Amino acid sequence: MATLKELATRDGKFCGGHRLCPGCGAGIVTRQVLAAAKDNVVVGCATGCLEVSTTIYPYTAWNTSFIHNAFENAAATTSGVEAAYRALKKRKKFGLEDSKYNFIAFGGDGGTYDIGFQSLSGAMERGHRMLYVCYDNGAYMNTGIQRSSATPLGADTTTSPAGKEIPGKVQYRKELTDIIAAHYIPYVAQASPSNWKDLTRKVEKALSIDGPSFINIISACPRGWRIPEDQGLELHRIAIDSCFWPLFEIEDGVKYTINYKPKTKRPVEDWLKPQGRFKHLFKPENRYLIAEEQKRIDERWEMLLRRAGELD
Amino acid sequence: MGNRIALTGNEAVALGMKQIAPDVVAAYPITPQTEVVQIFSQYVADGDVDTEFVTVESEHSAMSAALGASAAGARAMTATSSNGLELMFEVVNITASLRLPIVMPIVNRAITGPINIHCDHSDVMTIRDSSWILLFGENAQEAYDNLLMANRIAEHSDILLPVAVNMDGFIISHAVENIEIVEDEVVKEFVGDYYPEKYLLDAANPITMGPVDLQDYLFEHKRQQIEAIKKVSGVVRQVSQEFAELTGRHYDLFEEYRLDDAEVALIAIGSTAGTAKAAIDNLREQGIKVGLLKIRLYRPFPAKEIVEALKGVKTIGVMDRAESYSNTGGPLYADIRAAMYDVGGTAQVMNIVYGIGGRDMTVRDLENLITQLQKVTETGEIEERIIHYGVRD
Repeated sequence: MATLKELATRDGKFCGGHRLCPGCGAGIVTRQVLAAAKDNVVVGCATGCLEVSTTIYPYTAWNTSFIHNAFENAAATTSGVEAAYRALKKRKKFGLEDSKYNFIAFGGDGGTYDIGFQSLSGAMERGHRMLYVCYDNGAYMNTGIQRSSATPLGADTTTSPAGKEIPGKVQYRKELTDIIAAHYIPYVAQASPSNWKDLTRKVEKALSIDGPSFINIISACPRGWRIPEDQGLELHRIAIDSCFWPLFEIEDGVKYTINYKPKTKRPVEDWLKPQGRFKHLFKPENRYLIAEEQKRIDERWEMLLRRAGELD
Repeated sequence: MGNRIALTGNEAVALGMKQIAPDVVAAYPITPQTEVVQIFSQYVADGDVDTEFVTVESEHSAMSAALGASAAGARAMTATSSNGLELMFEVVNITASLRLPIVMPIVNRAITGPINIHCDHSDVMTIRDSSWILLFGENAQEAYDNLLMANRIAEHSDILLPVAVNMDGFIISHAVENIEIVEDEVVKEFVGDYYPEKYLLDAANPITMGPVDLQDYLFEHKRQQIEAIKKVSGVVRQVSQEFAELTGRHYDLFEEYRLDDAEVALIAIGSTAGTAKAAIDNLREQGIKVGLLKIRLYRPFPAKEIVEALKGVKTIGVMDRAESYSNTGGPLYADIRAAMYDVGGTAQVMNIVYGIGGRDMTVRDLENLITQLQKVTETGEIEERIIHYGVRD
């Protein structure tokens, strides 16, 4: 694995000067993912915060080839780029015979869990040699914080507002990492920018595979989560320590490995409390939702431990 | 040159795709286009073509993957029909705006609502304002020939716009005709290699494609698209001329059939043009001066040239195989009426909306129509300007 010094000195494929909000996780995620890529990279990107903040014509933050097509088709578009590479390499065009390329698609949770879900599933099933990275901040932040299927239970968003009758989002979030693992592709993982070593190793591993891979990365959104700009990374840590966002990987659909086990699992309140989007859950009449979320997290964590062979 | 073989429209188009051997084909099955995908799959499976064939999970992904491949520097194709085109509609527009010269056969079929798998032009008419270049053929031969010319038009450095090669569902796609095939090597030489100026797989010159383009630049980028569109008919003519030298088969922006001295003219798109020719021949024998203008290049619309060709015609029957639900007739009718306005002529222009959902348009139907148009020529009286031909009350 590359050392921190190596990572820090590698040519920046993703540069500063972009217009992501202060404290946004997407920029950190992108920087860490691309720093882990040694070879040439073509980036495909879904419509979303990352795309609109980094490519405002005539400027670009991408010092590597980049394509944005639409919201729901980053995976299909990137699969086309990868197919083109195979074709042109085979036909010895553009001097690509001896080249090395990585194909990395980025999408937010809206562009990945929801509208881009079919496109992603198709690309994974077809076996393209590409890495799809989802930066999951748990809502459609770019359009103004609307709920997605990644939005956690109880979250107050602009389309699942906490009101007098309904206490925020009434559904649990969808576990997309598991669903992609069910494609039995070579490599699927969950990561966090707070654990850069783990994230870097996962990206390196994904890019070393001759096939499709998927990494789901938690990504703080100070506006949507209603947290101070400097609290994102700390919240990522709490997400991991509370097992809201476990760090794990799944090889070939069946081989589960837990990459981090908190010494003492923090209660879900620690994860919810600092975030304005969950504030209403602490009212007496809504506290049952915290209990439900805790139960869900506990069950899922136990399931993961069992699948990883760490629990009888 | 070449040889004659019996093929359906779908078989001819699939064969043409094999001969062009694009770098990437991304496609999805839909009736009546499915055969194109199937036949091409077999070519790939048998090693007859080394194209990377991406079997996507939808038409939206078909156009998305073709777009990605084209942006990467590859020659990319897809094929579709009807609802498939509607599903890819979003990316159809993006492809044109990113100036990616993708070629796509469209096997024209009614769009769903309710579902119907047969021919009309309601699918392709929904992309008429997308800046795709739309070519139409009367039969399998023309579908094949248009396909062989499509890359040259799309990839021309003055153009860089995608091309759709249209053929009527079932009527052309599934009917067997004797068609003249161009030899593989000749196709290869005619179509040539594709070397884009800018592409994603150029690590030394990274580019950002599809950026955010706001109030300060988008209009200028659209302007470039408009300027390219202006040059399309010239390039279509130039490529068609080269093709004629190679094959002896002559194509222009449209075809004029017995139009020179015509008082009555039909204007038609697709297979109905062939039926119309038979009707015209019959009625010419009875002394009716009738001719046909068959559209080949529908977008961009060669308005000036069409108006010029219709000089002297007294009654024009515009045949639309699609409605526009505007109370102003079908899309071709609107185009022709707008074009005629500029010359301020006295010709009567009528609209015949026909063949919706695959309803037959026979030689006898067309003879009836021509007779009605001839009556208008004689009396100057029009009962209904927009006719929905053959529909039950």
